[in-house]
Amino acid sequence: MASESITTSGYIKHHLQNLTFGEKHVESASGVWTSTGELGFAESAQEASQMGFWAINVDTMVMSLVLGGLMMWFFRRVAKSISSGVPTPAQNFAEMIIEFINDTVRGSFSGGKNDLVAPLGLTIFVWIFLMNLMDLIPVDFIPVLVAQGASLAFGVDPHHVYFKVVPTTDPNAPLGMALVVFALMLYYSFKVKGTGGFLAELSLEPFGKFALPINIVLETVTLLAKPFSLGLRLFGNMYAGEMVFILIATMYSASLVLGSVAALLQVGWAIFHILIITLQAFIFMVLTIVYMDMAHQRH
Amino acid sequence: MDMGLVYIAGALMAGLGALGAAVGVGLLGGRFLEAAARQPELVPMLRTQFFLVAGLVDAVPMIAVGLSMYVLFAVV
Repeated sequence: MASESITTSGYIKHHLQNLTFGEKHVESASGVWTSTGELGFAESAQEASQMGFWAINVDTMVMSLVLGGLMMWFFRRVAKSISSGVPTPAQNFAEMIIEFINDTVRGSFSGGKNDLVAPLGLTIFVWIFLMNLMDLIPVDFIPVLVAQGASLAFGVDPHHVYFKVVPTTDPNAPLGMALVVFALMLYYSFKVKGTGGFLAELSLEPFGKFALPINIVLETVTLLAKPFSLGLRLFGNMYAGEMVFILIATMYSASLVLGSVAALLQVGWAIFHILIITLQAFIFMVLTIVYMDMAHQRH
Repeated sequence: MDMGLVYIAGALMAGLGALGAAVGVGLLGGRFLEAAARQPELVPMLRTQFFLVAGLVDAVPMIAVGLSMYVLFAVV
């Protein structure tokens, strides 16, 4: 990719590549990848996939942790400087969010006293919303900053510096959150229903006692489908939204006319995307609460 | 790997996903308008439920569209 004339698919692939850190691999002439043993950033998509399981997508981690820290800092600052007399705008804003989530939780969670569900709902909603919000920043803005910064600081070829801004377009982040929700679901199922109750629910559910094998297959499929659909729904929406932004971005380099059309498209899609961003964060939260509620159902 | 097949696969996934989403949200919109016509005072509550269920109806089609783009661009 050192050639100046960057092709459209090259541009798209460049923007879909995560900054992966792991064991560096070198491809020999005959196409056999061998590990070089020392750690480093992947130079290409193929090398990133060669790094296998123990590779970390640094951009996803950095963006999500920074946004998480920002969220916690904001709520802590509001909580510390809370005053019932003269509420500051930030306090009003935080109260509005918390009341909104409290009503949703009270509406769909009837599993008795559990002081984890509402904070979990708040964290999920605000964090995923912030992560999705990164999608509205123009596609090239942060990746170019990071690439130029890296080439200045570490003298790396900017073409090989990849940076994917939106953590939720990396399948690891949404599926990771979904797996945590799945673990919580199992924990509360065993805790509230008891091992016997939960296994009974898994094996006796739709068709009664004698159709045991069919029940088990059906119930385990539904159980496993929950985390995957929860995670992949967020990933699918954000990835498709990001892809449309990238495709619009490729129109800018075509010509002045196409560029102005692309500008209109970008504004239109960004406005529509604001709905998708909030909706997906809201749905992830509501489904988490519903799954927690199902885990607390006692037959 | 023959690129043509990959493109056809991606197009099929995205197209059928879009078909499903269109039919689903279309029906949902129709029911929403009926309910709003019958009880206009419930429109705010109905609207939030509409968006919630529209998001859920969109889930599998968007997963299909997301995966088709993943296949088209990231796997190749």
